[in-house]
Amino acid sequence: MADTIAHPPPHEEEADLHVRHHFATAEQQMDASTLGMWTFLITEVLFFGGMFAAYAVYRQMYPGAFASTSQFMNVKIGAANTAVLICSSLTMAMAVRAAQLSKRGDLIKYLIGTLIFGSAFLVVKAFEYHEKYVEHLIPGPYFNPEHLAPQFLHNAQILFFLYFCLTGMHAVHMIVGVGLLTYLLIQAYRNVFSANFFAPVEMIGLYWHFVDIVWIFLFPLLYLIGRWHW
Amino acid sequence: MSANSHVHIPKVGTLVAVWAALIVFTFITAEVATINLGEWNIVVAMLIACTKATLVAWIFMGVRFTSQLTKLFCVAGLVFLSILLLITFSDYSSRSWTHHAQPWATNKALGTSK
Repeated sequence: MADTIAHPPPHEEEADLHVRHHFATAEQQMDASTLGMWTFLITEVLFFGGMFAAYAVYRQMYPGAFASTSQFMNVKIGAANTAVLICSSLTMAMAVRAAQLSKRGDLIKYLIGTLIFGSAFLVVKAFEYHEKYVEHLIPGPYFNPEHLAPQFLHNAQILFFLYFCLTGMHAVHMIVGVGLLTYLLIQAYRNVFSANFFAPVEMIGLYWHFVDIVWIFLFPLLYLIGRWHW
Repeated sequence: MSANSHVHIPKVGTLVAVWAALIVFTFITAEVATINLGEWNIVVAMLIACTKATLVAWIFMGVRFTSQLTKLFCVAGLVFLSILLLITFSDYSSRSWTHHAQPWATNKALGTSK
C-alpha cells in the first residue's frame, strides 16, 4: 500500500531523470533555478550596495582626503587583478558552454582554469594586504602612511576602512566561489554533468560572474580616485 | 533532444569578444584616470564600469536568453539599489540646508575635518 503511494508509475514524458517531479518540463525547471539564483544575487547587490553607499557618502564628505589617500593603492596590481578576474569569467563562461555540449574534458579543463585564475587573484590580494600592513595602512592606532598631509590623517583611515571592508567581503565571496568550483570539478570528474543536466555549473557560473561585476566597480572606486594628482 | 531545445549555447567568438572588450575597457578606465577631467572623472569611470557590468550580465550571465520574469527581477534589483542610493543621498545632500546639521564640519571637539 505504502509502496504504491511512494512510487507512482512514471509518466511517459518524465523519461528525463533530471527533471524533478514537481516540474512539468526541463525548461520550466531551468527557469525556476535561474530565477531563484537571480533573486539571491539581488540580495547580494543590496548587501554590497550598502557598503558602496557608505563609500559614496564619505567620499563626497571628504573628497580631498580620499583623493590624496588613494595614492597608497597599488594601481598596477589592481589592474592586473582585474584582468585576472575577467579571464576567470571567460573560462567560467566556457565551462558552462562545455557542460551544455556534454564535453566533459573541456568542462574539467575550463573549471581548472577558472580555479587557477580565482586562486591567483586571492594570492595577489594577500600580498597586497601584507603590503598595506607593512606600510602602516591598517586603520587604527598604528595608521601612519608616509608623506600624507597631516590634515588628512583622520579621514584617510575611513577610506582604508572601506577598502578593507569592500575588498575583504569581495575576497570572502571569492573564497566561497573557489569552494563551489572545487565541488563542480569533483562532480565533473565523476561525469555528473551533461547536456541534460548542467544547472549547477550554470548557477555557480552566475555567482562567479556576479563577484566579477563587484570587482569591476571596486577597481575604479578604490584604486583610481584622483589618480591624475600623483 | 526535445528536453534541450530551449538551451541557448553561446558562440565561442562572442565570449572571447566580450573578454577582449572587458580587458580594453579596464585599460581605458585606468588611463582616463590619469587625466584631470574634474567632476567628470568619476562619471567616465562609472559609465565604463556600468558598460563592463552590462556586458558581463548580458552575455556571460546569459540574461539575453533568460525569461521575461528573470529580466524583470534583474531590473527590480537595480530599482532597489537606486532607492538605497537615492534616499541616502537625499539625506546627506540636504543636511547643509539646516543649521548645525553637520557636526563633523562645525564641531572641533569631534576632531575631524576643517
